[in-house]
Amino acid sequence: MYRYIGKRLCLLLIVILGVTVLTFTLMHAAPGDMAEMIAISRYGAENLTTAEVEAIRLSEGLDSPVMVQYFHWLTHMISGDFGNSLITGEPVLEEILIRLPATLKLSFAALLVSLVIAIPAGVIAASKQHSLMDYLTMSSALIGTSVPNFWLGLLLILLFSVTLGWFPVFGYGGLRYMVLPALTLGAGLAGITTRLTRSSMLEVLNQDYVTTARSKGLSERRIIFKHALKNAFIPIITVIGIQLGHLLGGTVIVESIFAWPGIGKLLVDSIYARDFATVQACALLFAIIFVLINLIVDVLYLFLNPKISYQKE
Amino acid sequence: MIRDILKNKMALSGLLIITMLILVALLAPVLAPHDPYEQLLEKALMAPCWDYPFGTDEYGRCVLSRIIFGTQTALFIGLSVTVVSAFVGVGIGLTAGFYGGRFDEFLMRIVDVFLAFPGLILALVVAGLLGPGLPNVIFALALVGWMGYARVVRGAVLAEKEKEFVETARSLGASDGYIIFLHLLPNIISPVIVMASIGIGQAILGAAALSFLGIGVQPPTAMWGLMLSYGKDYLQSAPYLTIFPGVIIMVTVLAFNFLGDGLRDVCDPRYGKVIEE
Repeated sequence: MYRYIGKRLCLLLIVILGVTVLTFTLMHAAPGDMAEMIAISRYGAENLTTAEVEAIRLSEGLDSPVMVQYFHWLTHMISGDFGNSLITGEPVLEEILIRLPATLKLSFAALLVSLVIAIPAGVIAASKQHSLMDYLTMSSALIGTSVPNFWLGLLLILLFSVTLGWFPVFGYGGLRYMVLPALTLGAGLAGITTRLTRSSMLEVLNQDYVTTARSKGLSERRIIFKHALKNAFIPIITVIGIQLGHLLGGTVIVESIFAWPGIGKLLVDSIYARDFATVQACALLFAIIFVLINLIVDVLYLFLNPKISYQKE
Repeated sequence: MIRDILKNKMALSGLLIITMLILVALLAPVLAPHDPYEQLLEKALMAPCWDYPFGTDEYGRCVLSRIIFGTQTALFIGLSVTVVSAFVGVGIGLTAGFYGGRFDEFLMRIVDVFLAFPGLILALVVAGLLGPGLPNVIFALALVGWMGYARVVRGAVLAEKEKEFVETARSLGASDGYIIFLHLLPNIISPVIVMASIGIGQAILGAAALSFLGIGVQPPTAMWGLMLSYGKDYLQSAPYLTIFPGVIIMVTVLAFNFLGDGLRDVCDPRYGKVIEE
């Protein structure tokens, strides 16, 4: 098991290194002269002289070969220096760290929303298979997974903010501000998790030990909560882990709709402003968090699934 | 095979909606009640009425006509992104699986690197850096769409190439190219078709999301995501600008998902039974 984790960590390092190469290449393949853009951000576009641009090219090392630039950038990054924003001139990492909590808050709220909806809905649908309830739940789950989140966000604003006036249209603050963004982000995940909870509950409910429990005369409630749900959880947790990463991707859109001051919005705003340093750092951070989550989920799965660990020992 | 598809309710309903969308795209100039680009400022922001069934936008353009012409944009993006990413993905998957070894290892790590970016982040960054324009959007979306094909095809090739018919072909002196195209490709094509069907929907959704964020295709192009992006400023006074384009995006994506899921059930009956339980 530890060998497996070690091997995964090595692969993780290789992938992260590849991710840095890819983001670096993208930034350098982008049209426009980097030195000129930095110069504009510092001195303004009006009275910019060629000398100033060339001075920046020299001081930022933009005249050296691409490989040298890459290693320069990489070593700086490893020591925690992600460069300065081309717009504000402030260190990028500071800005990201200020905004990270907002994104994490939103992601966890969305995860919570989806679990609170999906687990009971899936269990009910499975225990009353082929009933009207099952049919309605599964239809809503399908809609949840296929509704575009940017549209859902607008519809929720239309219903709950504009028409009913229950929640603020956008902004960042207390719990009231979190409800609609979390619901928007969590809906897709809720749909997937509901379908999965149902199918893995159905699978477990067909097992011999459930039949045994039934024949012992245990109540249906006790069978579902004590015996079935516990075993149905293993695949559910795996999928939730995979989806957590996609939740992260969804924050970009949801944060933009609700003006939520997280990393997703920072990324989009930096793209508008062509602030390469910030775009680069945000993209990298998203990728690193995503691969880390995937690794944690895989390892967790190993611990949770007694069949796998039994074979390994 | 075709009879199986027509018997599958999901695949059939998906196929019907897609056929309708294609017809709408082809017949757009005939079907649209108004010119989708004509600006009549005196008719701006009209609520749905007999003349303008879906209302008019802030420039007085007919929303229904813009949705109809948007079908062309959406299908074009969906198809081109899918063709490009399927080509690249299948090519990489075939060579990786067939030659194996370090070459395979190397290609698969590249796949991992591209998969390391969650959701649309990579497409967003690429489209944003390249600047506005339809080709840039297609490139960006294809860049994030090929990895699935590569992985699935590689897995299938690894399984297929151990089979006897490949060995027989090789002993008869067949070249690598011959074996890959005539023996391996036909055996791995069905999962690719399933993925491509779902991929078209996902590409349309991705393009809509990008243009919703104001990145990629620029106005005045008739495009569903753009309509939402501009419509959201009038959420209070003209909610129909938000509602109708969203409905059509959802229906389109659902149709391709249905077709894909249905095709999977037909191609792999075992999978269908597990779901039906």
